Amino acid sequence: MKILVCITHVPDTTSKIQFTSNNTKLDTAGVQFIIGPYDDYALARAVELRDQTGGTLTAVNVGEAETEPTLRKALAIGADDAIRVNSFPKDSYFVAKQLAHIAKEGSYDLILMGRESIDFNGGMVHGMVGELLGIPSFSPVMKLDVEGKRVTMAREIEGGKEYVEAQLPLIAGCQEPIAEWKIPNMRGIMSARTKPLTVVQPVSLETQAEAASFQLPAAKGSVKLIDKDQVGELVRLLKVEAKVL
Amino acid sequence: MAILVYLEQAAGKVKSTSLEAVSFAKALTQKTGEGEVVALALGTMDPSELAKVGKAGASKVFHASDPRLTEGVIQAHASAVAQAFKSLGAKTLVLAKSSLGDAVSARLAIKLDAALVSNVLELPDLSSGYVVKRSIYTGKAFAFTPIAKENKILAIKKNAIELSKEGADALVESFGVSLTDADFASKITSTERASGQILLPEADVVVSGGRGMKGPENWGMLEELASTLGAATGCSKPVSDIGWRPHHEHVGQTGVKVAPSLYVAVGISGAIQHLAGVNSSKCIVVINKDPEAPFFKAADYGIVGDAFEVIPKLTAALKAQ
Ligand SMILES: Cc1cc2nc3c(=O)[nH]c(=O)nc-3n(C[C@H](O)[C@H](O)[C@H](O)COP(=O)(O)OP(=O)(O)OC[C@H]3O[C@@H](n4cnc5c(N)ncnc54)[C@H](O)[C@@H]3O)c2cc1C
Ligand SMILES: Nc1ncnc2c1ncn2[C@@H]1O[C@H](COP(=O)(O)O)[C@@H](O)[C@H]1O
Repeated sequence: MKILVCITHVPDTTSKIQFTSNNTKLDTAGVQFIIGPYDDYALARAVELRDQTGGTLTAVNVGEAETEPTLRKALAIGADDAIRVNSFPKDSYFVAKQLAHIAKEGSYDLILMGRESIDFNGGMVHGMVGELLGIPSFSPVMKLDVEGKRVTMAREIEGGKEYVEAQLPLIAGCQEPIAEWKIPNMRGIMSARTKPLTVVQPVSLETQAEAASFQLPAAKGSVKLIDKDQVGELVRLLKVEAKVL
Repeated sequence: MAILVYLEQAAGKVKSTSLEAVSFAKALTQKTGEGEVVALALGTMDPSELAKVGKAGASKVFHASDPRLTEGVIQAHASAVAQAFKSLGAKTLVLAKSSLGDAVSARLAIKLDAALVSNVLELPDLSSGYVVKRSIYTGKAFAFTPIAKENKILAIKKNAIELSKEGADALVESFGVSLTDADFASKITSTERASGQILLPEADVVVSGGRGMKGPENWGMLEELASTLGAATGCSKPVSDIGWRPHHEHVGQTGVKVAPSLYVAVGISGAIQHLAGVNSSKCIVVINKDPEAPFFKAADYGIVGDAFEVIPKLTAALKAQ
């Protein structure tokens, strides 16, 4: 089986988000970048499936040169090779076009992504790539097993889950508990240095919904503390001041 | 011209988040002059239930009653919505952001050659072009997105607009869709759903518990508070990781993002990854025995105290009024 896993390069979940250049760019000063947490689940499951069924695992990222350490980390965790599409990921549509092209060229059987990127939070790239390739797409997937061409999945829905059966090739946007995150070991880190990482140019420059500027939410006022023996006062405030009861 | 709204159902009822999408579309028609709002309902549903969608602002409901559409088969739903969009000659599709809505709308963006904006927070600004404000970085920031495409899809976040209830009943028309075997190539074999409870992502009040609750046997107290408030229950990630609560109740960066009017957090420290899931709440109440718990910095109201003492008192005070 040929597996493609799509990796984002995003600020660590504890990062303070700030902008520069008149609110048009993310301020990357002091920000640590990681593999998107959902992409990490996709990668972990992809490594398990590759080890189980044989075949190959390719990691791909649409991003500029600074994302290479993130792709190298995916190689250290277990991808066999990596592709970087050399461009800033302008919007979901732009990214989907690049990924669909890579997926088509490599005729992958299974394409795993994260449920959503934690920068755009679109949860859209998988569906767009699926439609561009004319193959089914599922998200958010919390369990995925492959037997020959048959794939069984559990997909999270509001307040529960549904079990789905489909055929390869397909795309799944992954989330926990699909697999346990894998931490690269020393051997993985050493071998990642020499695994192939190919850089390609974007196939299309078209965008549809690129952000022009950013804004931070208004700062929260300070908390109003109520004595633990005065819970009635809390109820009163929620009613007359916050007007939420 | 009309704006199309994709409705989702749960057990034959239109979801409240979809009704918000209808109200959003109605307000949008008043801004853009796109005429009326037409909603599309898929699968087996009671037409009298569908007429009520009019109250939220739709003048018409297309009903594609093919029972195979009752379940959310992603490919089939995308095909059905695309057909309704084209037959209406609509330029804008509005829907609520959800597990199914995301999956369906992404495919529609390609099918309809439309610009898709997700996590939309308010009506677009039309003062210079068509600029949509959306939430990014898991609620830590907003982005302003100018749209130039003629066809647009807006997936709205909960509470992007007040649900309107003023409208008259809508006209329900049956709508024929042509679906192929390929649309149903993947099958939903079974569904597990918490029944009779208020769904967390759609709840207007949420009561969440963290590791400070000490164990699953203590959730009865939170459930009682929740039922007094008409709230859904949620939890922090470690609580669902240890299996005290089901996975779909875990709130935060890697779990459900909620946007209730009132979020009550009990025995949760307020790690940044938890806050990422609750930062769209209108009002946050924190109950924690540690006055230094970081959650107090994100709260509107707080009580420093032992949950096991405070919660029963709070429930009693709410019941008393
Ligand atoms: C990539 C990543 C993603 C993550 N995603 C999420 C996520 O989506 N959601 C999430 O919740 N976490 C997430 N986490 C975990 C997060 O960092 C915290 O570890 C977690 O939120 C802590 O849970 P907690 O507050 O329940 O437990 P703790 O941090 O252990 O806090 C327990 C709190 O209970 C209080 N307490 C104890 N006893 C009592 C009592 N009797 N009465 C009142 N208060 C009491 C304590 O003072 C303390 O503040 C993520 C972490 C990472 C690295
Ligand atoms: N720049 C990118 N490079 C590679 N994969 C991406 C990129 N952006 C998004 N993806 C994939 O698409 C998924 C959903 O992203 P989004 O639609 O932005 O929420 C992510 O979890 C990734 O797997």
